Amino acid sequence: MKGYNEAFQDIPGTVVFDATQSRLGYHLNQFCMSLMKADNRAAFKAGERAYLERWPMTEEQRQAVLDRDYNRMIALGGNIYFLAKIGATDGFSFQNLASKMTGVPEDEYKAMMVAGGRPIEGNRSKTGKAK
Amino acid sequence: MATIVGSVMTSHVPSIGNAIAKHRENDPYWKPFFDGYPPVRAWLDRVKPDVAVVFYQDHGLNFFLDKMPTFAVGAAPEYRNADEGWGIPTVKPVKGDPALSWHIIESLVADEFDITMCQEMKVDHALTLPLALMWPGGGDWPVRVVPITMNHVQHPLPSPKRSYRLGESVGRAIASWKEDVRVLVMGTGGLSHQLDGQRAGFINKPFDLMCMDALVDDPKKLTRYSALDLVREAGAQGTELMAWMAARAALPGRVTKVHSHYHVPISNTAGGLLALQNDGAALARAA
Repeated sequence: MKGYNEAFQDIPGTVVFDATQSRLGYHLNQFCMSLMKADNRAAFKAGERAYLERWPMTEEQRQAVLDRDYNRMIALGGNIYFLAKIGATDGFSFQNLASKMTGVPEDEYKAMMVAGGRPIEGNRSKTGKAK
Repeated sequence: MATIVGSVMTSHVPSIGNAIAKHRENDPYWKPFFDGYPPVRAWLDRVKPDVAVVFYQDHGLNFFLDKMPTFAVGAAPEYRNADEGWGIPTVKPVKGDPALSWHIIESLVADEFDITMCQEMKVDHALTLPLALMWPGGGDWPVRVVPITMNHVQHPLPSPKRSYRLGESVGRAIASWKEDVRVLVMGTGGLSHQLDGQRAGFINKPFDLMCMDALVDDPKKLTRYSALDLVREAGAQGTELMAWMAARAALPGRVTKVHSHYHVPISNTAGGLLALQNDGAALARAA
């Protein structure tokens, strides 16, 4: 099958969670899944670096988690459904994570959503060629 | 014989669970969303389904990247919710209907859908919150469920066309079930939303409203879209529209719209609700 990943390149600001991303991020996402258990959330909060050492992640991935750099985690194979468990462990909502990923204060992000969300114009297609 | 009473499609975002747990249904932020539901609850009280067959995606509670079926059908006597790691309270277990589940599985495989069969299955917010929206109050669930999951975590996703055909096949399976049960078909997720990256917050109201209209009168029209098209038009997680398409496809003949509702935002998402009565079933009852 030709160009599955390429086909998504035209969509602005979006990393589609395909085979490339999933292979990169397998252990990062496994770590996130461990946070579904309260004991693991407590262990992670008690010593983040040591907890992250339990998973065979790259050092870059560990640092992105420690920095709570969600765009970096996504670039390194994180899937938002799983990454959100880090945010929840920190006590943050999806909207807070979205404000971090889009680089705007949370109240500004929330106001954008209340006003109808991120506009279609300029956000569908990078080339403008999509039908 | 079993009767399909109709379909209900609804959004399912986790924050709805928090709003319910904290009794925020009448807060100014949440009221315009929750106000959509009473007419559908009233209709459900009238048609009294015994079983809900629910199309949805599991977000990592039951299936993870180690094993990710494109389509899976639950055949358990009971389904439990569990801690999903984002703070929403778990709900009471839901009873299954294993005999109907196995009939659907056998029918689907005979129809060349190579689904995964699950005699143990946890159900996440995408199944439990829609039930809580339809039957609020935290009491015992008045329906048994047959969960049917669709992969929307890991690309490649199934196509909208394949998802629609799955729904058609499930509809035929239910129609051929020997037991005299009333079945509601649900599809959960969507509508337009993107949770990740710099495009987070993307909403496409014209596209959502077009889809909600098409689902009533011309649902096959939506099968011309690819998964890529849905990512572009409805956001990276807006592909969950396919669960709505499958639920609609289970109704073979004419339908009557019972109610529809659309509100932006619920958290990052466009909240949609659509209830359709199966006219064939209504005629059968009148006869």
